[in-house]
Amino acid sequence: MVNINISNRIGKYTTFLCAVLIITITISIIFLIAYKGLATFARDGVSLRDFLLTTKWNPDATAAEGGPFVGALPFIAGSVAVSLLALLFSVPFGIGIAIFMSEISAGWGRRIMQPVIELFVGIPSVVYGWIGLSVLVPFIRNHVGGMGFSLLAGAIVLAIMIFPTLASVSTDSFNANPADIREGSLALGVTHWQTIFMVMFPAAMPGVLTAIVLALARAFGEALAVQMVIGNAIRLPTALLSPMHTMTSIITMEMSNTVMGTVSNDVLWSIAFMLLLISFAFIVLIRTINRGRAVR
Amino acid sequence: MITPRNSDRIAVFVFYLIAFLVSALLAALIGYVLFQGLRVVNWHFLISPPSFEAGGGIGPEIFNSLMLLILTMILTVPLGLGVGIYLSEFATESGVTRIIRICIETLASLPSIVIGIFGLLLFVTILKWGFSILSGVMALTVLNLPVMSRIAEDAIRNVHRDLREASLALGATQWQTIVNVVLVAAIPGLVTGIILSSGRVFGEAAALLYTAGVTTPDLHFQNLNLFSSNSPFYLFRPAETLAVHIWKVNSEGVAPDSRQIADGASAILIIMVLLFNVASRWLGRLIYARKTGQ
Repeated sequence: MVNINISNRIGKYTTFLCAVLIITITISIIFLIAYKGLATFARDGVSLRDFLLTTKWNPDATAAEGGPFVGALPFIAGSVAVSLLALLFSVPFGIGIAIFMSEISAGWGRRIMQPVIELFVGIPSVVYGWIGLSVLVPFIRNHVGGMGFSLLAGAIVLAIMIFPTLASVSTDSFNANPADIREGSLALGVTHWQTIFMVMFPAAMPGVLTAIVLALARAFGEALAVQMVIGNAIRLPTALLSPMHTMTSIITMEMSNTVMGTVSNDVLWSIAFMLLLISFAFIVLIRTINRGRAVR
Repeated sequence: MITPRNSDRIAVFVFYLIAFLVSALLAALIGYVLFQGLRVVNWHFLISPPSFEAGGGIGPEIFNSLMLLILTMILTVPLGLGVGIYLSEFATESGVTRIIRICIETLASLPSIVIGIFGLLLFVTILKWGFSILSGVMALTVLNLPVMSRIAEDAIRNVHRDLREASLALGATQWQTIVNVVLVAAIPGLVTGIILSSGRVFGEAAALLYTAGVTTPDLHFQNLNLFSSNSPFYLFRPAETLAVHIWKVNSEGVAPDSRQIADGASAILIIMVLLFNVASRWLGRLIYARKTGQ
C-alpha cells in the first residue's frame, strides 16, 4: 500500500516540477532580455527619449561624431504601420470567413474551410516570405510602382499570415453564441443578414476583438517573412511603396553583425525588450476584453 | 431596390465570394510552390550538400530539420504532458496555478525571434554551446513547450469524467487512474496535437538563425562517432535547417541557382507540412477507432 501512495506522490511532484520549469524559463527570458535591454540606458547612457522619439540610426558613430545615434522610431513606426495595414487587409476576410463558417454554411462550408484555415497556419513563414519575394515583389514593381520591396508587400504577406488567427478565433466566438438569440431574432421576422449583423455580431464582439489583438500580436512578432519583402531601409514609413524596416527585421539583420557588449548590440536588445513589453501589453488587453469570461 | 430581402441575398453572396476567394488563394499558393519546386526536385537535389556553384542540393538540411524535430519532440512531449497533467488533474485554482498559466501565455505570445536571441545569449554564449544542434533544440523546446502544454491539458480535460470516477471507484489511486485510464483515453487528441505542432517546429526559422546557426559542416554519414565534429549526430555542430536555408539563399545566396534552390526547398517544406497535416487526422481517427472498437 505504501508503494502505491508513494507513486501517487511522486507523480504529483514530477508533474509539478514540469510546471515549475515553465515558470523558470519564462522568468529567465524576461530577466535576461530586460538585463541586456536596459544596459543601453543604464550603462551606455542613452536617453529613453532619444531611443523612442528620434529617427537617426547610427549606433556605431563615435562620441566625436556626436554619436551614438540610436533613434529606434523608424523601426517602431514601421512595425506599427505594417501590422495595422495587414490587419486592415485581413479583418474583412477573417471575420467574413468566421460568419460564413458559423452562420451561412455551418455544414459543408465549415467542412471545407476548416482544413483550408489549418493549411494556411501550416505553411511556414519563410515560404510565405519566399512567395512574397518571388511573386509579390516583382508584381508590385512592374504593375504598381516603386522597387517592389515596400510597406505594401510586407502588409500583404502579413495579412495572409494573420488571417487564420482572425478566422479561427472569431469562428469560435460566433459558435459560442447561444442558439436562442438567433432563433429569437428570426422568429421576429428579421432576415438572416439582419440577424447576423445586429444580433450575432454584437454578441460575438469580445471574441472578435480578442481575435484582432491576437492577430496583431502575431503580426508584430513575425520576423523573417516581413524582413524578406519589406526592403529594410531605415526610414519612417511614409509611403506605401517605399522600403522600410521593422523591430523584428532590424534584430534579424544586425544581431550577427554586432559585438556583444557594444552600444550597437545593446540597442538591439532594447528593441527585443520592447517587443517583450508589447506582447505583455497584448496579453493584458486580451484579459481586459474578456474580463469575466473564461479565456485561456 | 434595396429591400431587407435583397440585402440579405447580397450579403449571403458576398460571404460565399469571400470563402471562394480565400480557398482559391490557398490553392494558388500551394499550387505555385509545388509547380515551381517540383521541377527542381530530383534525387540528386534531395541528397547532395549545398554548393557555391550551380547544382547544389539540400540533403544535409533535410537531415538537420528532421534531427532537430525529433530531439525537440523527445524533450517537449514528456515535459508538456507533465504540465498538462498537473494543470488538469492536480492544480487547484491557487496563486501558483495562475502564475503557471500566465507564464504559458507569456511564452506562447513571445515573438520567435526573441526566443532565438534568448537562445543566442543563454545557450550559445553563456553556456558556450556555440551554434549547435543542442542550442537549436533548446530554443525550439522553449518555443514549443507552451503549445505542447496546452495541447496536453486540452486533450486530458476532454476525457470524460465517468472514466475517472469509474477508475477511482474501483480503488485505483489518482496516479494509477491518470496513467492507466486518463492518458490512454487522451491518446487521439494528444497524437493529433503532437503531429500538428511538429509541422510548426519543422517550418520554424527565426528561432534557429542564432541558435542552430546558418551553416552545416561537411557531414560524413558513415561516421557514427558521437564526439567527432563531422559526424551527423554530433550535438555541438552547427545545423542549418531547411527553413533557415530558404531564408539564407535569399538573403546571402552565392549560388547562381539560388532561386531554383529556394523553389525546391519550399516545395519539400510544404510537402512535409501537408504530410504532417494529413497524418495527424488519419492517425487520430485510426487510434480512436481502434480504442473504441469501431
